[in-house]
Amino acid sequence: MLLVPACVAALFALLPLGYLAVRALERGPAYAWDIVSDERTRDLLARSLGLTAVVVTASLLLGVSLAWLTVRTALPGARAWAILATLPLAVPSYVTAFAWLSAAPGLAGFGGAALAMTLVSFPYVLLPVTAALRGLDPAQEEAARSLGHGSLRTFVRVTLPQLRPAAGGGALLVALYTLSDFGAVSLMRYDTFTRAIHTSYRASFDRTPAAALSVVLVVMTIALVAAEARTRGRAGHARTGKGTARPAVPVALGRWRTPALLWCAAVAAVAVVFPLAVLGYWLAVGNSATWDLGGLARTAWATLGVAAAGAGLTTLLALPVGVIAARHRGRGARLLEQAAYAGHALPGITVALALVFFAVRYAYPLYQQIPLLICAYAVLFLPVAVAATRAAVLQAPPVLDDVARSLGRRPWQVLREITVPLAAPGVAAGAALTFVVCMKELPATLLLRPTGMDTLATRLWTETGAGSFAAAAPYAAALILLAAVPSYLLGKHRSRTT
Amino acid sequence: MSDDMSDDMNELHVEGLTKSYGAGEPVLRGLGLTVPAGALAAVLGPSGCGKTTMLRIVAGFLRADTGTVRLGGRLVSGPGVHLPPERRRIGIVPQEGALFPHLSVARNVAFGLTGVDRGERRRRTGELLELVGLAGYGDRMPHELSGGQQQRVALARALAPRPQLVLLDEPFNALDSALRAGVRSDVRAALRATGATALLVTHDQQEALSTADLVAVVRDGEVAQCDTPQNLYRRPADPWVAGFVGEAVLLPGTVDGNGTALTALGPVSLTAPSNGLRTGTILLRPEQLRLTATDTDGAVRGTVTDVRYYGHDAMVTVTVEGHDTPVDIRIAGPVPVGPGERTGVRVMGEAALHP
Repeated sequence: MLLVPACVAALFALLPLGYLAVRALERGPAYAWDIVSDERTRDLLARSLGLTAVVVTASLLLGVSLAWLTVRTALPGARAWAILATLPLAVPSYVTAFAWLSAAPGLAGFGGAALAMTLVSFPYVLLPVTAALRGLDPAQEEAARSLGHGSLRTFVRVTLPQLRPAAGGGALLVALYTLSDFGAVSLMRYDTFTRAIHTSYRASFDRTPAAALSVVLVVMTIALVAAEARTRGRAGHARTGKGTARPAVPVALGRWRTPALLWCAAVAAVAVVFPLAVLGYWLAVGNSATWDLGGLARTAWATLGVAAAGAGLTTLLALPVGVIAARHRGRGARLLEQAAYAGHALPGITVALALVFFAVRYAYPLYQQIPLLICAYAVLFLPVAVAATRAAVLQAPPVLDDVARSLGRRPWQVLREITVPLAAPGVAAGAALTFVVCMKELPATLLLRPTGMDTLATRLWTETGAGSFAAAAPYAAALILLAAVPSYLLGKHRSRTT
Repeated sequence: MSDDMSDDMNELHVEGLTKSYGAGEPVLRGLGLTVPAGALAAVLGPSGCGKTTMLRIVAGFLRADTGTVRLGGRLVSGPGVHLPPERRRIGIVPQEGALFPHLSVARNVAFGLTGVDRGERRRRTGELLELVGLAGYGDRMPHELSGGQQQRVALARALAPRPQLVLLDEPFNALDSALRAGVRSDVRAALRATGATALLVTHDQQEALSTADLVAVVRDGEVAQCDTPQNLYRRPADPWVAGFVGEAVLLPGTVDGNGTALTALGPVSLTAPSNGLRTGTILLRPEQLRLTATDTDGAVRGTVTDVRYYGHDAMVTVTVEGHDTPVDIRIAGPVPVGPGERTGVRVMGEAALHP
């Protein structure tokens, strides 16, 4: 009964991927190969991978050190530092890029791109490593100590190997984020695949290069997702028991206390305080010419509209997939869920490109119209909504259905009285999260928006690109404020359910 | 239900149930069971024996391949018949309670009370909460209750609509052992008070023996033996059942003429004529063996290899000449021997001979 809509949703998510390949090969495989094997493509590959390597290394350094300091040591204010360090997660990469670029225009290039990407993505390492450290049984370390290992050797031989799956999974997420990011690299004018695809699409009538480069990018990201899934599987085996019976004794920092505090403060300053201060500065120096309140209101309203529509469609498509994923554990259900997760692997720019090609060829009236933009949001963010729906439906385990049936309810009454009331808050939270990510989306919106329509993200991007930082600042502030409201509600919902 | 209805209105009669999942081995192979009205029966078996499958078929969540389920003479599952669970009047108490997390305790209990007016619903809810010892807890939410309390609410919820039968699926599993005995006896008292027929599924032999009026031991999808707890323990149908419901001492024995068998522990009187059987396995319980002085008449001699002291009793392991496996002897009170010491052993009472 749910199968048909679920398959429709899965197909919907896979369609762009297929069409991109078709389009790349349209002029014959030889032509596509010429583009892929071109020296410029190899150059792009080196630049993309170079940036990714630096960002991943820096994120590992920041993430693991902060996780260990905040979980396992007697660091003063550990909880506050931990919360502060996760805040950058909510900030889009292009906002961070805007802040640094507007303060130091000389940063443009590799350095700036690496800095901005590291600052927004190190929490992807910090969070899983924190969880893994909390889950470690201190008895293991005590056993190692009793077997004659010093504290350093214990850390290296017992603790670190157990953090590897979590750190590895986080590192792969960072790599995925860096490869598919468009906002920060384009503002920092550092050419990676995403920026080259955008430029090539804008500059030339020959769309094959953009399609071929997109296919290369998609292949790279799929390889990363596959690698991430594999480490995740192993990480599951590494965990034993249900959490810890007792917390570990915090490590006393001794004379390292001040350096550790300085380190945390430096990260917080660079990742959170400085961008906010820069934003505040630009807001303060803005004058009536740059403070176009009418334009800001219009843009905010348009952003809310498309984001709400995007969240609505995405949630609707996610419902059948999420229910099936939660209630059935067969092969078919797994495949369906994985198909819906395709958007997770696809950089926004490639999905947008695929939809542009598709519309130009088969549905011209839709080209650069809002419905197509909404569809792009649905393809990109279906994974977010499916994961939320699945978790929500798991709140209503099948045994409750059984009990309700035994107490005289028919199946549809069970759905109304048990399943829906239990799952609804989680589904709503998923919709709110989807709404936030739609609002922050940049590359697909740039390509697919109707002529003359702006969202907060595209306006911020255009103004920053043109160097009008004071004009860009209100859009950055509005974006952060609007995104903070659902994030705050979401946080409240989470703390209530756990 | 009114009081004038005859007793067997609540009798459960299960016959010839078979069930396989996919192409695999059958989970049930002709399971049959009768629970008299008002009785509390336990279905006891190791995990994977099919007991949960049977429970789900009786409740109506699964269809059997063949076989019938009758409740008070009414056919609820059978060839071409499958009454949906909501029309069976069978209450269930799942593992860990499975209370509806979004409803208060009172609304959980009242969930099955449909078609009655509000006053009656409130009265019945209060009555049941009192029965399970949770009067005044109606406004709490499930997560504010302890595991044992949740389990009691789950029972009250199942009993509220006056079901003909209550199914309890390992309901005490999630409770820690200190709590388990208390909740168990409260549940038994509540079931007695309402007179409902009940079927308890468990893999814990102590729980089955101490809680139920009737225990059905299930092995590989069939009932190996169904009897009162005492008969099951004292006259198990075969050595496997004997070992499953308690500790057993198994000895090879040869029948001699006058109703006794000769074993490594000396002659043992048989509970029943051997029916032409010449040799077989003699089945004894550790408490049927006694430690004696080494020179006691009729006792065999052995060496103590291990002593396990439990407080209320102790288990002494003795190696006896002429028998390879050491035998366990349960003794009450102080332990008169230590490992390595010589002792005498003699058998008290009768035992059965199994082929």
